[in-house]
Amino acid sequence: MSSIELDSVSKRFGSVEVISELSLTVHSGEFVAFLGPSGCGKSTLLRMIAGLETVDGGEIRIGGERVDNLPPGARGVAMVFQHYALYPHMTVFDNLAFGLKNIGTPTEEIGRRIEEAARILEISHLLKRKPGQLSGGQRQRVAIGRALVKDPKAYLFDEPLSNLDAALRVRTRVELARLHQQTRATTIFVTHDQVEAMTLASRIVVMNARKVEQVGTPMEIYGRPATEFVARFVGSPAMNFLTINLKDRGGFASAVLGDGSVIETDVPINILPSGELRVGLRAEAIRVREDGAIPGKVEVVERLGDRTHAHIRLADGSTLVAEDKGISQVQPGDSVRLAVEGATAHLFDADGLAYHARQ
Amino acid sequence: MTDVTLSPGKAVAAVKRPTGASIGPRWSNALFVAPYLVFYVVLLVYPLFKGIWMSMLQSDMFDNTSKYAGMANYHRLFNDKIFIGTVWNTVWFVVMTVPVFVAIGLLLALALNSSDRTAAVLRAIFFGTSVLSVTIVTIIWKMMYMPGNGAIASIFKLLGLEPVAFVTSSSLALVAIAICTIWWIIGLPMMLFLAALQQIPGELYEAAALDNASRWRSFWSITLPSIRRTMLVVVIYEIVAQFQLFGQAQLLTQGGPNNASRPIVLFIYEQGFRSWNLGYAAAASEILFLIMAVAALAQFFVSRKRVEE
Repeated sequence: MSSIELDSVSKRFGSVEVISELSLTVHSGEFVAFLGPSGCGKSTLLRMIAGLETVDGGEIRIGGERVDNLPPGARGVAMVFQHYALYPHMTVFDNLAFGLKNIGTPTEEIGRRIEEAARILEISHLLKRKPGQLSGGQRQRVAIGRALVKDPKAYLFDEPLSNLDAALRVRTRVELARLHQQTRATTIFVTHDQVEAMTLASRIVVMNARKVEQVGTPMEIYGRPATEFVARFVGSPAMNFLTINLKDRGGFASAVLGDGSVIETDVPINILPSGELRVGLRAEAIRVREDGAIPGKVEVVERLGDRTHAHIRLADGSTLVAEDKGISQVQPGDSVRLAVEGATAHLFDADGLAYHARQ
Repeated sequence: MTDVTLSPGKAVAAVKRPTGASIGPRWSNALFVAPYLVFYVVLLVYPLFKGIWMSMLQSDMFDNTSKYAGMANYHRLFNDKIFIGTVWNTVWFVVMTVPVFVAIGLLLALALNSSDRTAAVLRAIFFGTSVLSVTIVTIIWKMMYMPGNGAIASIFKLLGLEPVAFVTSSSLALVAIAICTIWWIIGLPMMLFLAALQQIPGELYEAAALDNASRWRSFWSITLPSIRRTMLVVVIYEIVAQFQLFGQAQLLTQGGPNNASRPIVLFIYEQGFRSWNLGYAAAASEILFLIMAVAALAQFFVSRKRVEE
């Protein structure tokens, strides 16, 4: 397996720069997810690595070898497309064999590799069928099989689960994780689904508006989001943001909310800029409790079974989402009190940059 | 499919469809298809049988009498050297034009299957000739073929070659008509192929590129299988259309020289509306109808077998 290095790569469509001087290294054997909303440039970046888009500046290296001037087939990568892109007029076997035949692999070797891939993916009984005779999940497996037989230097997945129904998506996600544990193959996985990124990837590259917002492990991304965008995009429900006034508490920042209540954070006050600040709180850091310090009124209750999300309006009119236990007594219209775990609070400046407690 | 075997001796009750008050044909629904049916019968079915009937009559257009003649018209046709000649001319014309329509139509479609402005303009130009009437087309090509100062003759002279008399040469007259016909209506097969090409998902070609497929291999393994049905449509349509060659031959060569470019329809026209041998012309029409039906059906069955494979 090989590493993938992006060295200040740029991409323009006409006069619009869609990727600008982006540098990133995917280590050998690593599973990296490109996460971001539609149009953030994540698929374009993947297609540049695959060779399906030209590179307007910078270098791409796979296994140390410069590839951005090579045709797609010569780069040694395999790609799984969003709509599978199986050849409709060929049987599953021929779909898997096509790439191997094109590079002159001996027939016995082709047979052996397809047999092996079909066994791993449990599609041995489908080899004689055509893609039109397969279900969505089976097509997905064949598409993965087509990548697997090539024994590539790296796997590129372009939103491969977005066409599956919810149950199948979860199952396929687990299978992909298992497959990666078996093969330890360098993998880049493009998705707009934060759950897929969090569960599959060893590192996540969060992209927004054609630039990288943050690169980190799933828990870094979740626990210490670099920007307001990352904080809002990752995690469900999205992080709560409240405008605050700052108060010094022995070197640490205390956030004073609009209604006068105080959240004692662990963010050192000396790293904070002057100007407007907001506090960022995840729903699980705000609990509905009788002895809570902050009063509020419940507007909407979402019962998820294992936990309950309560949408609450504070005295100053701001709203937030708090978490309660699964079997919750709260009803819309109730007056409740909220306890906030200040240690997990983040502060954000006017530009959306985040400030966290020391680790 | 699963095979269901029934053990002997076990009576299996026939599955009865649930019956209700409104089960059974409601003849008033036929009103929905009636308008179409009326036109179909009046304009297609009736003329078809009328034609078959006429082909068995010896008609005299002067005193408007006719008498039954059985297969006499057909018998006469098979011994008519001019008619047999027109059949071969027409078949030869179809053999010359249909493959070219497919090949050039597909090549043009492949070349112009892009969204840039040049391709759009060229598409319009290539399709543009199809809207011209046959009269205009033949006038244009008469000027092209004129032996003295026609466009082609001028080019030949420029290259120091002896000008060729296309229209008046018995070996080249039909070829000249074929070239003129292809130029005239190449737009339709091109458009049909373009429509088919645009249905092929781009991802397939990207997958093929990652699979190290050459352009030729992509064309052979992805493009061709994807447009097979369209190809069948083009072939059958062109067979049916080119068997009915008439205007170009009538206007460009009048069937000459020495019947070398006389197609079946021109023969039918001359027999029916010049010599007033209506029964004879009708018999020739029926034979043309049969040839076309056989050719189109053969093509259909051969291709369908291949599509299913």
